[in-house]
Amino acid sequence: MELQEVINSLSLKVENPSVNLKREVTGAYVSDMLSDVMGNAHEGFLWITLQIHLNIVAVASLKGLSGILLVNNRVPAEETLKKAIEENVPILTSSLPTFELVGRLYSLGLRCR
Amino acid sequence: MENTEGVFFLTGKDFKNAGAASSSLKGILEGRGVPQPIIRRVAIAAFEAEMNVIIYAVAGMMNYTITDEMIKIRIQDMGPGIPNIEQAMKEGYSTAPDYIREMGFGSGMGLPNIKRNSDTLTVNSVVGEGTTVEFSMNLPPAE
Repeated sequence: MELQEVINSLSLKVENPSVNLKREVTGAYVSDMLSDVMGNAHEGFLWITLQIHLNIVAVASLKGLSGILLVNNRVPAEETLKKAIEENVPILTSSLPTFELVGRLYSLGLRCR
Repeated sequence: MENTEGVFFLTGKDFKNAGAASSSLKGILEGRGVPQPIIRRVAIAAFEAEMNVIIYAVAGMMNYTITDEMIKIRIQDMGPGIPNIEQAMKEGYSTAPDYIREMGFGSGMGLPNIKRNSDTLTVNSVVGEGTTVEFSMNLPPAE
């Protein structure tokens, strides 16, 4: 599924629109523990989290994730956004809590395998 | 192909640059044409080892050697050491302080993630002096 389709369907805000949004979302993973994401997410996955600090960008970049979705009106720290632009990692935000977002992503057909 | 060797220096609590060494290493492997599935495994293991230095140690270094047969990485730190390595290898065990856990580290998956993604792993540690983690990934024979 195209990332843009996910963004439109869930009315997500793109915090760094200058990055390349043309990418395939192959699945999704939810976790606030970084090693859990390192160990269990796969390339092309969208990562749903409440962590907003700089190191989430390194994880997304190293794993080749398709983007990071921050929940519950959380906004990325300034340095996180800067790094995300450098590393070409889309940062998306939503006012919805994790449970709602994940339900909708699942309905769109995204899975975590 | 000639061997590639190098070293990255790591500074404890430097969360701003955390992951930079692993990212650079990933770029070097891509430049050498290492197969993507192996690069992904190295990236996971190197990041975990790098974060362990950032979180727990005063300083450390990451040495890497890439040959036609394997990728070998050694991370040496000046840190508190691990009193019980067997326990540290168990998934879910962590001694990270609360503020580290709040950042999403300290889930007790670091060393297990390294083990799962490497072909060999040795951990040597002296309490009060530091820890050396060495792991390698085999490369498939060139076609």
